[in-house]
Amino acid sequence: MNSEVAAFFSPGDFLAILPEMVIAGMACLLLLVDIAVPRTKKCVVPALAVLSVAVAAWFSYELAGSGVSAFSGMFVLDGYSDFFKLIFYIVAVFAILVSLRYIRTEEIDLGEYYVLLLFSLSGMMIMASGTDLLTIYLGLELASLPVYALVGFLQKSRKSNEAAMKYIILGAFSSAILLYGISLIYGLTGTTQLAAISAALVTGDVNGPLFTLAVIMLVAGFGFKVAGFPFHMWAPDAYEGAPTPITAFMAAGPKAAAFAVIMRVFLEGLYPAYDSWQMAIAAVAVGSMVVGNITAILQTSIKRMLAFSSVGHAGYALLGLVAGSEEGMASVMFYLFVYAFMNLGIFGIVIMMRKDSQSGDQISHYTGLGKSNRLTALAMLIFLFSLAGIPPTAGFIAKFYVFMALINKGMVGLAVIAALMSAVAAYYYIRIVMLMYMREPEKEFALASSRGLLCVLIIALAAVVALGVYPGYFIDLARYAAFPL
Amino acid sequence: MCLSAAAQYAPLWPLAVYFVAVVILVGAMLVLSHALGERRRGRLTSVPYESGVVGTGSARLHFDVKFYMVAMFFVIFDMEAVFVFAWAVSAREAGWAGYIEMFIFISILLAALFYLWRLGALEWGTSMKIRRKIEPL
Repeated sequence: MNSEVAAFFSPGDFLAILPEMVIAGMACLLLLVDIAVPRTKKCVVPALAVLSVAVAAWFSYELAGSGVSAFSGMFVLDGYSDFFKLIFYIVAVFAILVSLRYIRTEEIDLGEYYVLLLFSLSGMMIMASGTDLLTIYLGLELASLPVYALVGFLQKSRKSNEAAMKYIILGAFSSAILLYGISLIYGLTGTTQLAAISAALVTGDVNGPLFTLAVIMLVAGFGFKVAGFPFHMWAPDAYEGAPTPITAFMAAGPKAAAFAVIMRVFLEGLYPAYDSWQMAIAAVAVGSMVVGNITAILQTSIKRMLAFSSVGHAGYALLGLVAGSEEGMASVMFYLFVYAFMNLGIFGIVIMMRKDSQSGDQISHYTGLGKSNRLTALAMLIFLFSLAGIPPTAGFIAKFYVFMALINKGMVGLAVIAALMSAVAAYYYIRIVMLMYMREPEKEFALASSRGLLCVLIIALAAVVALGVYPGYFIDLARYAAFPL
Repeated sequence: MCLSAAAQYAPLWPLAVYFVAVVILVGAMLVLSHALGERRRGRLTSVPYESGVVGTGSARLHFDVKFYMVAMFFVIFDMEAVFVFAWAVSAREAGWAGYIEMFIFISILLAALFYLWRLGALEWGTSMKIRRKIEPL
């Protein structure tokens, strides 16, 4: 009995989850630090949060490429998980940096804010490394629950409370659907491990209405998490109501984590049944692109517009999964990497516009920004061009690789729809450019810049331009990191 | 095939009979008492039965949010206790590894408890709240 339990995991397994343990442990510790330090020294908490992310990143770097599978195949350290963890670390640090001043302006300067961010980060890391549906579900919940609380962090804002309420109810609903899907897969294949599911699909005859139902439930459950059509209804309200740094974090971090899981589940676990899920994912992808981009045109709030734009971007990224090739996988990974930078960059500017009485969350507030604040407007212009996919920015290269993966698999029709939808998207992005540069400012702009925010903007800007001009290294990295099919 | 299926379902038929009997019994009780029962409309007929005590008003009143807090803490820490019980029955088999894991688990709980305590969530009176309003921490 004793040896059986001992064989269930070995001390070496804990080495594999060291980065996750650092983040989760530091989150617990910061909760206590926060109540121990006096109010005047509250900056200790974000500083320690950034430090713990750095330490975890260093451990990840040291462990990178070891290819260890831990906890009897429930958790893996491969290039794929390392690549996604890199995205998560960047997103988490950026989210902390852009929050510093914002949460003081909004008078929600509580240490729990950073603690919840760290817990969410640890959940995302588990998602990227999970190779068992149970580990993945655990990570998914750990990543989502803190974000539900963060969305409602503006306690005095009814909008924020409403957003959190909607998000938590729909999130719980989608988790339940996902669990139904997982239980059906378990019932059909007798296992929750992705590799074993794949083997069971190859040998056994599990194609049938129940399997189709399981696939639909998995697509719906994950569709909610990436805010893909028709499961995107929560996104605009949650994105609009949440504190802006959290909106940026949600659109870049948990979304990328959900993509990490989707690709892991569908391309590793359910790859033998490619034909049965390809159409479902393609439908979600096309729906997201069309609905996301067309609805974004009608928005007057910039946060809502960016929410719909993020639905559209989820559609593009899903296309790489539809391609079902290693190239497609690498293209999605690169897309998410680029999206993290351009998303945090543009939200950084939206955060900057929030000062004192100026809410800065309407598109009309940007009228004439180019006349008075040239550099800010230029940065905004580059981020908008990147989101629209205009060369030489990184957004163009990212889209280009997704389309190429599709065309190489002979799915020209999908690539054409995606390209058409990019043209639609360009309309609402460039409308803001037009407002910034071709109209006279209505009033003086007050920008709430801080050192942390500027730092994020400069790095994001440099990354968006550099990845657009010289994408080779990171594309190779994504290719190398993609797991073999 | 048919035989084996019958053999498979054999132990189920008493259950089916039982189920039908329950439905009939309950149905009969409801229908008969409705049909044969005496009906009277008095002043207190529609008042909820409170074991003989006269009702004092509607049950829809505002409760102090502290009741909710205590209920939440109870749910959270009670659920954690379930894990401790599961470990306790197999403590010997789980060995030192299990012991250390439980130690970590309980220290996380302690951290949470300490946090709640310092936050004033365990205070029943309003003294803490008032004190914080006067001089912020």
